Amino acid sequence: MVRVEHLNQTFLRTKKLPHIWCPGCGNGIVTAALVRAVERAGFAQRDVVIVSGIGCSSRAAGYLNFNTLHATHGRALAFATGLKLSQPQLKIFVIMGDGDCSAIGGNHFIHAARRNIDLNAVIINNYIYGMTGGQHSPLTPAGRKSTTAPAGTLERPFELLELARGAGATFGARGSAAQPRQLEQLIVQGARHKGFAVIEALSPCPTYYGRKNRQGGPVEMLRALKDSSVSVEGASGLDPAELSEKLVTGVIYVKDAPEYTEQYYRSTGKEPG
Amino acid sequence: MTEVKPVLMQGNVACAEGAITAGVRFYAGYPITPSTEIAEHMAERLPQVGGVFIQMEDEIAGIAAVIGASVGGMRALTATSGPGFSLKQENIGYAIMAEIPCVIVNVQRMGPSTGIPTAPAQGDVMQARWGTHGDHPIVVFSPASVYETFYLTIAAVNLSQKLRQPVILLMDEVVGHMREKVLIPEVGKLLVEKASDEIPPDWKPYDDKGLAPLVPFGSGHYYHVTGLFHDESGFPSGDPAVVSRSLERLHGKLEKYRHEVTFTSYIGHKEPRVAIVTYGCTVRSARAAIKKAYWQNRWPVGLLSLQTIWPFPAKEVEALARQVEMIMVPEMNMGQLVGEVERYSRGRAEVVPLNRYDGEMITPDQIFDQLRRWFA
Repeated sequence: MVRVEHLNQTFLRTKKLPHIWCPGCGNGIVTAALVRAVERAGFAQRDVVIVSGIGCSSRAAGYLNFNTLHATHGRALAFATGLKLSQPQLKIFVIMGDGDCSAIGGNHFIHAARRNIDLNAVIINNYIYGMTGGQHSPLTPAGRKSTTAPAGTLERPFELLELARGAGATFGARGSAAQPRQLEQLIVQGARHKGFAVIEALSPCPTYYGRKNRQGGPVEMLRALKDSSVSVEGASGLDPAELSEKLVTGVIYVKDAPEYTEQYYRSTGKEPG
Repeated sequence: MTEVKPVLMQGNVACAEGAITAGVRFYAGYPITPSTEIAEHMAERLPQVGGVFIQMEDEIAGIAAVIGASVGGMRALTATSGPGFSLKQENIGYAIMAEIPCVIVNVQRMGPSTGIPTAPAQGDVMQARWGTHGDHPIVVFSPASVYETFYLTIAAVNLSQKLRQPVILLMDEVVGHMREKVLIPEVGKLLVEKASDEIPPDWKPYDDKGLAPLVPFGSGHYYHVTGLFHDESGFPSGDPAVVSRSLERLHGKLEKYRHEVTFTSYIGHKEPRVAIVTYGCTVRSARAAIKKAYWQNRWPVGLLSLQTIWPFPAKEVEALARQVEMIMVPEMNMGQLVGEVERYSRGRAEVVPLNRYDGEMITPDQIFDQLRRWFA
């Protein structure tokens, strides 16, 4: 309890609470995991910046007691790229939703990955646009219903971590609101990794996705998330048919490659400014 | 007195050099004709001065990274042309709302759409004023020469910092690509207006009183930056009183410092009967026409050239309209700023447009012929 008190008082803007999220939303669980991860990683508070885009998940920035930049829809990574280059010592966490990151922000996402710039992208994936009332995103599984796909979407989803890997990201991990301790660990590992880190955090939206697709309430949705999760180690023993039903969680890939900011300043031989 | 040295320079390069002289250390952008030389020059020069050049994945990312770097405390600029200027509009609005200083250069080309990338035009006057949504204030400068480009870029950077507002430098293809003599002062002597490093003890990021400095991220002052309506502390608010006060403050700030952002100049007869009001490269043709009309023919004519086009120099035009019978407004579009001239002439003088929109400059003869018809 002492730790929780300390985290709340230090890293949350408690006066800005209660938050705007619906009952049963997973955004609070992911945000809490992020706060614990920041503390566990041991970063100085003044060096931590939260950048977010637009959508339900991006409102997290307003509740966190750091320098916080609530940018425009889809552009959080582009804002963060400029900020990181202006002050390379900053530890920047970029919170985005599935639509924000992979639809309107898709171009910035692949190019941040390509540059391998040291940003920590935390994508809260609830398979739906929540703020606008329940439209499908590029991460919504095919066939699922939304207010703009009343008969189920015909579109195939991105596999976000593979998209990032193909574009050059050097760290990819997946966790969920159903396993917040693991998620916290994954964010710590991503934050300590030098390069572009992608952490996909699956999260329930009972209000829109759950209701449209008859997934039950928050408890059922969290249970379903947990039941379908399998660790990277556990997944290695499954055949492809079994695996296709599963959500593989853990660090999916890590590799070494030159980081952009460091490379830039090394090439100029100058200090920033 | 500051030492000066004459240099032959291209307009786009003068913009880049003016920016560096004014302390700009960050450039992010996307290649587009006819502004590309600004990016090319920045790519070479910024690394030499500890600055950052980055070519982004698109125009939107260019302005977004510029805003990010500015929040990090670096003076930042981006350059583009018509199609790219359209793409940047949303984030220009963000910088206005969040009060993040930055300079956006638009080297205008013939539009709409892809238009003619290499042909000059002045079609983005109204877009520079109203391109981003919502009821916002904006500062727009329009240089007529390479020399003016250098100095107006410096003014744009300094005023953007002071007012914590984006400033738009609305160049055109002619000025961007021409080469002319510029007198470059010894760097650092007079041109960089440095903000105070001291942060007042009761600092609020969006203080209602006076001009609150922007405290860069990473300095231990935790605050929130958002494009949502926000109170003095920066946190979102939908309270009608906060909303109206915020908007009035944004507009009021510019109104209060209007005299500092308004640059105009007048040449010609002391008591003119006819005046020309114009801006950008068209000033050059107007100046040549005035030389012939006033210095050779001694007609009572004058030229008011506008280096600042927004906020519109209303007082200056109003005063002029009291003096003259006719104001001619040559523009390389189908008539944009002429509407403002009419508005502030308040019926006191006849306002006559002179438009050209074929991708060619208005010539001195075109203007002179109009004057001759008046005096004939």
